[in-house]
Amino acid sequence: MNTSITRRGILAGLGAGATLAAVPAWAQGHSMRRHNGPPIRVGFDEVSGEVIDLAVAGGRRNVQGRSGHGIAVNGSVPGPLIRLREGQNVRLNVTNHLNEDTSIHWHGLLVPFQYDGVPGVSFPGIKPHETFTYDFPIRQSGTYWYHSHSHLQEQSGHYGPLIIEPAGAEPVSYDRDYILLLSEFTPLHPHFIMSRLRTGEGYFNDKLSSWTDKYPMSGAERRMWAEMRMLPTDIADVSAPTYTYLANGRGAEEGLEYLFRRGERIRLRVINGSAMTFFNLRIPGLPMTVIAADGQNVKPVEVDELQIATAETYDIIIEPGKADAYAIVAESMDRSGMALAMLATVPGAKASVPPLRDAPLLTMGDMGMNHGPTASDMAAGHDGHAGMHHGGGGDANAAESHSMDGMSMRDKSLLPPDVEIGPGLDMVSMAPVDKMGDPGIGLRDVKHRVLNYRMLSALEPNQDTREPSRLLEIHLTGNMERYMWSFDGRMFSSVDDVPIRFAWNERVRVKLVNNTMMAHPIHLHGMFFELVNGESAMHQPRKNVVVVQPGASAQFDLTANEPGDWAFHCHLLYHMHGGMMQTVTVVGPEGAT
Amino acid sequence: MTTLPFIAVTLVATALLSVPARAQDHGGHDEQPALAPRAQSSPPVKADLHAGHSPSVANPKSAMDHNMMDHGAMAHGSANDTASSTGVSPGPMMETPQPIEAGSGPSRAADAIWGADAMFDSRKSLRESHGDFPVFWFQGDRLEAQIRGGHNGYLWDFQSYYGGPTSRLWFKSEGEGDFGKALEDAEVQALYSRAIAPFWDLQLGVRQDVAGDKTTHAVIGVQGLAPYMFEVDAAMFVSHRGDIMARIEAELDQRITRRLILQPRAEVNLSAQDVPRLGIGAGIDSVEAGVRLRYEITREFAPYIGVEQSWRLGRSADFARASDEDPSVTNYVVGVRFWF
Repeated sequence: MNTSITRRGILAGLGAGATLAAVPAWAQGHSMRRHNGPPIRVGFDEVSGEVIDLAVAGGRRNVQGRSGHGIAVNGSVPGPLIRLREGQNVRLNVTNHLNEDTSIHWHGLLVPFQYDGVPGVSFPGIKPHETFTYDFPIRQSGTYWYHSHSHLQEQSGHYGPLIIEPAGAEPVSYDRDYILLLSEFTPLHPHFIMSRLRTGEGYFNDKLSSWTDKYPMSGAERRMWAEMRMLPTDIADVSAPTYTYLANGRGAEEGLEYLFRRGERIRLRVINGSAMTFFNLRIPGLPMTVIAADGQNVKPVEVDELQIATAETYDIIIEPGKADAYAIVAESMDRSGMALAMLATVPGAKASVPPLRDAPLLTMGDMGMNHGPTASDMAAGHDGHAGMHHGGGGDANAAESHSMDGMSMRDKSLLPPDVEIGPGLDMVSMAPVDKMGDPGIGLRDVKHRVLNYRMLSALEPNQDTREPSRLLEIHLTGNMERYMWSFDGRMFSSVDDVPIRFAWNERVRVKLVNNTMMAHPIHLHGMFFELVNGESAMHQPRKNVVVVQPGASAQFDLTANEPGDWAFHCHLLYHMHGGMMQTVTVVGPEGAT
Repeated sequence: MTTLPFIAVTLVATALLSVPARAQDHGGHDEQPALAPRAQSSPPVKADLHAGHSPSVANPKSAMDHNMMDHGAMAHGSANDTASSTGVSPGPMMETPQPIEAGSGPSRAADAIWGADAMFDSRKSLRESHGDFPVFWFQGDRLEAQIRGGHNGYLWDFQSYYGGPTSRLWFKSEGEGDFGKALEDAEVQALYSRAIAPFWDLQLGVRQDVAGDKTTHAVIGVQGLAPYMFEVDAAMFVSHRGDIMARIEAELDQRITRRLILQPRAEVNLSAQDVPRLGIGAGIDSVEAGVRLRYEITREFAPYIGVEQSWRLGRSADFARASDEDPSVTNYVVGVRFWF
């Protein structure tokens, strides 16, 4: 492996980027870092066994004619498929060939906390040119993935699929088993993206509203958004054309293909390994039967489309019919682009690809306004930041049904006292209802069947069905303008030594309240939780990522039975780095320390 | 030009802000719950959730987690009526403190495995890269040639910061002059800027006038984004001679297309007293109103054209006339806006 990387190193520097003559380099919106290094392979091989060697190294990625700096595991993006079997032990030797620290987090795996792979929480990280050995038993089965938890390396390609075969029989039968790992490519350096998110409001938003746009918004609605200083088009912080969306590392024009014979049943393991993107997945002409979520089996449920959030996995069964080809379409939630793959009976067979649908807009419901204005709402004062008497007075337009005038977008009395109210909190959801049944932004009014969390039901009964002994409420908070993101108003940098604590084997119901206008995929390391989605405690679906819809709430039940320190964060990469992260500490069976 | 009234309103509002030392009896402080009856009520008010489902949620089953406060733990209605927890999967309704068994203090489990020394650097690095970390920004908001009758001139207006999301060091500079003549006005400001509200920073520092009559000022100001997306910068200056002056600037970006942007801009300069050596009269010293049309070749680089009208008023106009200047000037401008 290492020798082949070195040999390819000779090719370094041959790829030259185009430059615009008239505009200075710094003004072109490109990272000025050079993209030297060996070319990184697209797609992945497979590794398995009791001892697995992985090498992390930099290189150059090339996608649909654009090139950029990349970080690859074993020389490819995505990294190799790691195939394991429930009940085995595995030693993973990870060698860092970068000039900075790296790490691998095994997303969704039940591991001793010291092998969870989060530098600064579970271990010190892997220093340049050192090898770290992860060593743990495999206690589960299903579809998972792995990725760097260091810096912003995940954006650069440091991720790959991980599949664990069950010790017993699979719950469903199928003839073919395919992986669809969705992600993004960008020629920009991730540090440049982070910096622009902090300094240039809406920098990556190619869909900003204007006088000449075609959005179905009235003048009053547009003024309302302007008054709030928020963007109705802020569905995704980074999207196409900054991103090219990838299916197993390939752009839509690069022809990822899955072969099948008529009459076969195909298991497609869909992994969202992107840094920032929710995808709407559908296969026009074919229903999809969801059989697992985040690696855990669910009762089969048939849908025509599903939204897969960043870091979620869904296993689906499809039974292609008479056509020679079907298009697997993964449209980004903001509909700026798509990842694409073909199901084909013969190589090269193509189905028609539906065009991108109209871009969705945020709505009143996404502000947490889920009921008509009431008298008391109307009487509530303006937020009045620093004493601004803005817009000619709040009462003038109070009768205008879509106007926010007269209603507080930041009613601090709605927050519990443990939420810090400061500049990092630009909005308080007015009535954060549970939206477990929400199919996701942009899919609320489509005509066909769309998956939502309420349709998920655990196939095998849950082991712990105790009623939770306490409720823990955590508020998701943020300031879009400053690009600050946090739990309970405090960014990680100010609560790095203030963990969320659970007693050994404590059963807790966690309620997440989203006081922002973005959907956040919240991920807990080291344990599965069960979504409180209307199912009985016995069949609440087990997951490790839950999307909390804008302005809404979501609940999960957790049995804290994996001792140690665990990361808990929004899985949108730049939200996590913007501060939406906290450590969870589970006290071991020996008791509090 | 429906935006002009907004500018006017904003300017009036900012005027109040900019002179905090002066009488300001509106009491509109951020923390004031004043006219808000609901501000007194206790946390999550969920009582009127029945008033209507979210129109945007397709699945009617999805809607509500009502019952949390007002219905108790009864599973009433159809089973798919609610998400709440109270139906099929009961749970506690109110948040309670964590049990003593959950322990206390920072998370240090990894120290026991890898050693505290080994963990130290990674903990620091994690803290410093997740939340509060510094970024650098430099903006040439206006760099332009001004075409006017007789003597054409130039102007720059730059600002820059370095720091985290709530605490920053700011640098500002602006100046102008006529081509072929000495610099007319030029100033630099160094400020410490602290977030005081989601969209507002309070700024304290010094301003040095480096052209003409060299003057040093103490600066206190607010800068931020007002409702309706006005970028506002309002500051009060106290010179080393004890003169008090203020400046309020507001800009608004109106996107015509994604890349073509119309930017109305207004600036008002105020003075608490006559300052004859600087040619400034008490009251409103000058008003500028302009509009610039820029095309973003990239988000960071946008040439523009525009027109700006400036007036010297009252005693300032007298000073201007006395030194043979026209108190009312129309400038046609060509320039570039850039940032990085």
